[in-house]
Amino acid sequence: MPVSVLLILGMGAAVGFISGLFGIGGGFLMTPLLIFLGIPPAVAVATQSAQIVASSTTSVLGALRRNALDHKLGAILVAGGFVGSALGVWFFAAARRAGQLDLVIVISYVTLFTIVGSLMLKESIREFWHRRKGGTVRLRRRAGEHAPYLGWPLRMRFYRSKLYVSVIPILGLSLFIGFAGALLGIGGGFIVVPALLYIFRVPTTVVVGTSQFQIVCTTLVALILHAITNQAVDMVLAILLIVGGVFGAQFGARMGRHLRAELFRFLLAILLLAVGLRFGLELVLQPEEPFSISVQEVRT
Amino acid sequence: MRALGLLMLLLVSLAPARAETLITSLSNHRVLINSNYTGTEIAVFGAIERDAQTVARATVYDVVVTVRGPRQFLTVREKERLGPVWINQEQQKFPSVPAYISVMTSRPIEEITSDQLRQRQRIGLAALVNSNDFTTGRDGADRPFRDALYRLKAQEGLYIEDERGVTFLTPDIFRAGIPLPATAPPGNYDVDVTLFADTVILARTTTNFELVKTGFEERIGVVARDWSLFYGLATAVIAIFFGWLANVIFRRD
Repeated sequence: MPVSVLLILGMGAAVGFISGLFGIGGGFLMTPLLIFLGIPPAVAVATQSAQIVASSTTSVLGALRRNALDHKLGAILVAGGFVGSALGVWFFAAARRAGQLDLVIVISYVTLFTIVGSLMLKESIREFWHRRKGGTVRLRRRAGEHAPYLGWPLRMRFYRSKLYVSVIPILGLSLFIGFAGALLGIGGGFIVVPALLYIFRVPTTVVVGTSQFQIVCTTLVALILHAITNQAVDMVLAILLIVGGVFGAQFGARMGRHLRAELFRFLLAILLLAVGLRFGLELVLQPEEPFSISVQEVRT
Repeated sequence: MRALGLLMLLLVSLAPARAETLITSLSNHRVLINSNYTGTEIAVFGAIERDAQTVARATVYDVVVTVRGPRQFLTVREKERLGPVWINQEQQKFPSVPAYISVMTSRPIEEITSDQLRQRQRIGLAALVNSNDFTTGRDGADRPFRDALYRLKAQEGLYIEDERGVTFLTPDIFRAGIPLPATAPPGNYDVDVTLFADTVILARTTTNFELVKTGFEERIGVVARDWSLFYGLATAVIAIFFGWLANVIFRRD
């Protein structure tokens, strides 16, 4: 489809900058942007997964060199993620056949972004408030106090992360992220990182590397499955996104070192809510053209 | 004897109507689409020949050029309100419709021939879209979907009707330009030329041309369709390569 090459490169760079700034993948911004630009949601989601693979490869390689990665925890996350990805791609194809893929994507974005965005916003406002009052930021949970599901059977010891927890909630989390990632064209870093930090209390030193490791593996599977089942991957678009994103991310990361953490989270929350709201409007407002054509099959 | 006389009379009366022959030619039978293709135009030339005993007509000739592109199976869906949200609900299937139609005429089509003949012979875009083989009729419920298909395709520049599309260079020689936008899909295109005079069809010819994708994009398209596993793996390798490259270039420690 005729979309300007420079526009895509520029968007890739802008989103890359933001993703570098916040230390997240950027898929959750890029996929909606591509959809708003008029690229079919199927192509946007499938192609964006290539860009996620590229950006998380960079982070994983960096994490490997700094030894900031828990291999064992990563492997468990990847196992759950694979199953989730496969389910996500299957569901994607089924929704597409039923003609409701756009609806599924839009609703999922609205729900996910509104929930995650509001949680983050609440958290960051609370932090601001505490700082304003002069008090130190208090951890909401004290050490040794765990959510009950962490003690479920099949407990496993993760030395790097200083964890001894049941693998069931970990598999559950990674299954969900794999599913959402394949369906929405997001890596899911913005969910995995807080979940590992706040729910499982994985040390900050390994959390980003480990989550990026999971993302690179599951997104790789999603990308290949999308290419096979949905044939919606556009290689040229993918390369443009990657090139733009890679450079943007580096500058973003450089800028990011001068930003305060809670300001970070506040801005990110606003961003998520804005994207969610934009999708929500699309769903609620009366469409200018209620009819749409989709090509089922080309007969030659 | 009377039967023979009647037959003779019939032949004589038919003779003027059969006297015209139509000769048409396309400027191109194969259009190649490469990566910087932005659409093109194909010219149709035609000559009307009268045999020696036919007298010249009092009225002028009219020509309708109809071009039909490769066929597609389309589904048209309609968004309707369900509670607070708008979602796709009603749908209508169009099992085999041309991805591209253009109708070029020498005069507004209503002036060339009657409504009934247009419907019966499928002359004109409206007659084509409303014909029975386009989609199954559902007692008028198909109506908005046909209209929507027409409207959306026209917006894309794929369903075109041009009432000044055919120009007569001399009273017997005409030319028409078939506009092919960049979005016209590759495949076989049938070109139908119909000659009218006095609202009656005098002659008809059919020819065709082919739109062929070539070059880099076509090869990628073929690989993506027929070698999807390989295509997916290749995209993955490219992505990993760029990720690694960025890591090497921007190493910070």
